Amino acid sequence: MDPVTLARWQFGITTVYHFLFVPITIALSMLVAVLQTIWVRTGQERFLQLTKFFGKLFLINFALGVVTGIVQEFQFGMNWSEYSRFVGDIFGAPLALEALLAFFLESTFIGLWIFGWDKLPKKLHLATIYAAAIGTMLSSIFILAANSWMQNPVGSVFNVGTQRAEIDGVSGFFALFTNPVFIATFLHTLTAAYMVAGGLICGIAGWHLARANGRVRDGQLGEADAHIDTWRWATKFGAWVMLVASVGVIISGDLQAKAIAQTQPMKLAAAEGLFETKTNAPFSILTIGDREATEAVFELSVPGLLSILAGSDEVKGINELDERFKQEGYFMADEGRQKLQEQVYQAVKDGTISPEIQKSYMDVSYRPDIIVSYWTFRIMMGLGFVAMAIAAFVLWSLRKGRNPLPSKLITFAAFALPLLPLAANSFGWIFTEMGRQPWIVVGVLPTATAVSPTVSVGEVLFSMIVYTLLYGGLAVLEVWLFLKYVKKGLPEVGPVEVNDDPDKPMSFAY
Amino acid sequence: MLLLETTVPTFTLIWFLLVAVLWIGYFFLELFDYGVAMLIKLLGKDDKEKRVVVNTIGPLWDGNEVWLLTAGGAMFAAFPGWYASLFSGLYLPLLLVLIGLILRGVAFEYRSKHHTSQYRSMLDWFAAIGSFLPALVFGVGFANFVSGLPNDGKLWNGNFFGLFMPFALVGGLMLVAIALFHGSAFLALKTSGVIHDRAKAFGSKVGLVALALTAIFVIWQNVAYPAKSEFGNFSAITWTTGLLTIVLMGLAVLMVTKERDGWAFLLTGLSIVTLFVGIFFKMYGNIGFAQDESVDVMQRLNMVTAASSETTLQIMTVAAVIFVPIVLAYQGWSYWVFHKRISTKSIPDDVETAA
Repeated sequence: MDPVTLARWQFGITTVYHFLFVPITIALSMLVAVLQTIWVRTGQERFLQLTKFFGKLFLINFALGVVTGIVQEFQFGMNWSEYSRFVGDIFGAPLALEALLAFFLESTFIGLWIFGWDKLPKKLHLATIYAAAIGTMLSSIFILAANSWMQNPVGSVFNVGTQRAEIDGVSGFFALFTNPVFIATFLHTLTAAYMVAGGLICGIAGWHLARANGRVRDGQLGEADAHIDTWRWATKFGAWVMLVASVGVIISGDLQAKAIAQTQPMKLAAAEGLFETKTNAPFSILTIGDREATEAVFELSVPGLLSILAGSDEVKGINELDERFKQEGYFMADEGRQKLQEQVYQAVKDGTISPEIQKSYMDVSYRPDIIVSYWTFRIMMGLGFVAMAIAAFVLWSLRKGRNPLPSKLITFAAFALPLLPLAANSFGWIFTEMGRQPWIVVGVLPTATAVSPTVSVGEVLFSMIVYTLLYGGLAVLEVWLFLKYVKKGLPEVGPVEVNDDPDKPMSFAY
Repeated sequence: MLLLETTVPTFTLIWFLLVAVLWIGYFFLELFDYGVAMLIKLLGKDDKEKRVVVNTIGPLWDGNEVWLLTAGGAMFAAFPGWYASLFSGLYLPLLLVLIGLILRGVAFEYRSKHHTSQYRSMLDWFAAIGSFLPALVFGVGFANFVSGLPNDGKLWNGNFFGLFMPFALVGGLMLVAIALFHGSAFLALKTSGVIHDRAKAFGSKVGLVALALTAIFVIWQNVAYPAKSEFGNFSAITWTTGLLTIVLMGLAVLMVTKERDGWAFLLTGLSIVTLFVGIFFKMYGNIGFAQDESVDVMQRLNMVTAASSETTLQIMTVAAVIFVPIVLAYQGWSYWVFHKRISTKSIPDDVETAA
């Protein structure tokens, strides 16, 4: 295998794995803060129990999110040195700011939250989890601004002297955050994260609700009975979070489709398997392409819907785009280019860019993997809608005080509620990144020119094996601990008060 | 200032200083929690004692580690050429660092989540190995930066085994020993009772080892690799910081034996600061890459050619001026919240019922 493919596989594996922990970290931190707020406001013990129960699950998840995130920051330089060199001037800044503004905030305040129960006054302690939750959100803002720049390289120019992309004045920096791709992606990612965390709360609480209800039916009153109301509340809370988030996902997804349609017409066409340019273009529900994936042999579609989603009557097809990109260089749907795209294209024509980039820019096949783009897009949406339907069903089945009894269906739903939207997140990212190919920065830098020249195939293979084994082992450990604490149920809670006596045991210690 | 024979743009200079500050902050803060993590098994005889050791850094280690991430991010943003060539060149060593950071990153949180001694022993090994690796690799790495990484003017072109020259091995061992010393000084300061006494006894021994290795390192550095180049002559400064490092560390050993815990920790910390101030003076201009002075400065990999555009550096400077003090304030506050000494008496029997 060539070094580019290997480096891409490694980035794919480590990033998809990292992102299994990200949505839960972003959304569950805030939802735990909400639960703790309700406890501080009402003083009801059950909300403290829920805070601690879901707080613990959040922390088990958070630990792996942190350690796999470190790999991400190092990986740009380690495996993609020529990318880093080319884009560092504009892409590096949000990453540095992410560390300075977000990582410090979340790591410091998570520590204060975990160990601060008996050290800080109640309201101050509550503020620490909000600070941590805001930190995780800030982190997503910076990294998504960076990623959106790769999809739509706004606010930058090509410097022939230094042979790299550079920021286009101070306004170039702000353009990172007004990038329409960023705004849509941020909203989409954030709401999708809440679907996962809402699903997690709903699924786990619903499973416990059924169990407690079953025990009461079997005549075991007492604790189980007391917990029914708590779990019932949490199940509904999670389901509502999920449903509201789903609506946000749909709206932001529509925004994103329009942003992609304008900035990355090829990605949209690939997502739709739209080979020929069409007016009043149909939205494909199912297409079976021919073997070379150059035209469709069977289609099931909704007439006109794609044009509506894309926000323009004519939607360009893969074949036309491919043909014209070869002649005219990369362009967006309105046939314009970002300043950086234009300047790099000129440099390619004039031969004032490095020969490797010039050659790669000219010879590149402009088609992303159509099959991957088409199916990941559909699987993402399909999983999201199924998850949404399950959440709605959960709410319906709890109507008028009804409580479920344990069943295989409940257990299935408990797994499906968080895992379907989580998988949808993964497929969404695979679509976003695979649909961006053959570019690492759309219309500017071909992926093939971006890898580290000094890193050998053997080294990448070695690190990939190491990451895979290490991540695999940690996944087993994480899931085992997670399930262990899920099964444990609501913790016993004592009074929460500040403890100044060093000889008295701390309320929490590792 | 000091004999700048090659002019460096102001904001490039500022960002070199900031990158140095971030690395030095990282070493000051995280070398002690590397040391503490390596000492869990060594100083804790039973589980409760081990937990005392773990809990001294429990709420703090993650924030300390962010100094490294911020240093990396700052290098990416301010010196893309440096970040790109260094991180791709030292691929395998950095992989070792990452393996270490992954292992130790789960060790503390997950340790408390299951009670069997076999399980906890495994995670204590994660913590120890995961702390040993970055200390060792960064010691070897910075020694190589001092001697100058071989390069073709843009990319590293040395070979992996070339990184392990004798001077670098001393650097690696030195940093592990300093971590253990700094860590035991921190433990002595943060605990009372049996762990305090063991940390003190261990510190007075490992302190001598750290002192000897550091003395060899700084003298070797100044004799073999004087900080004198086209970017300026800093050799008087690096001799001064080097000798100061030895003196401070010697005083630290003395303070450990006299049980002046606060002074001992402060002095181990200060000696780390002066050690790396000396190393960064040596790296000024060349950013750790060998310079072929027969080639024009602008055609080589150095601080000037690796830097970002002035606009980017200015924007980042504004952000740093606003946010670095805020970060320092709340991180300092978190140290204050957890400033009390802990002992076996302050560790609850059961981690499960508490949150």
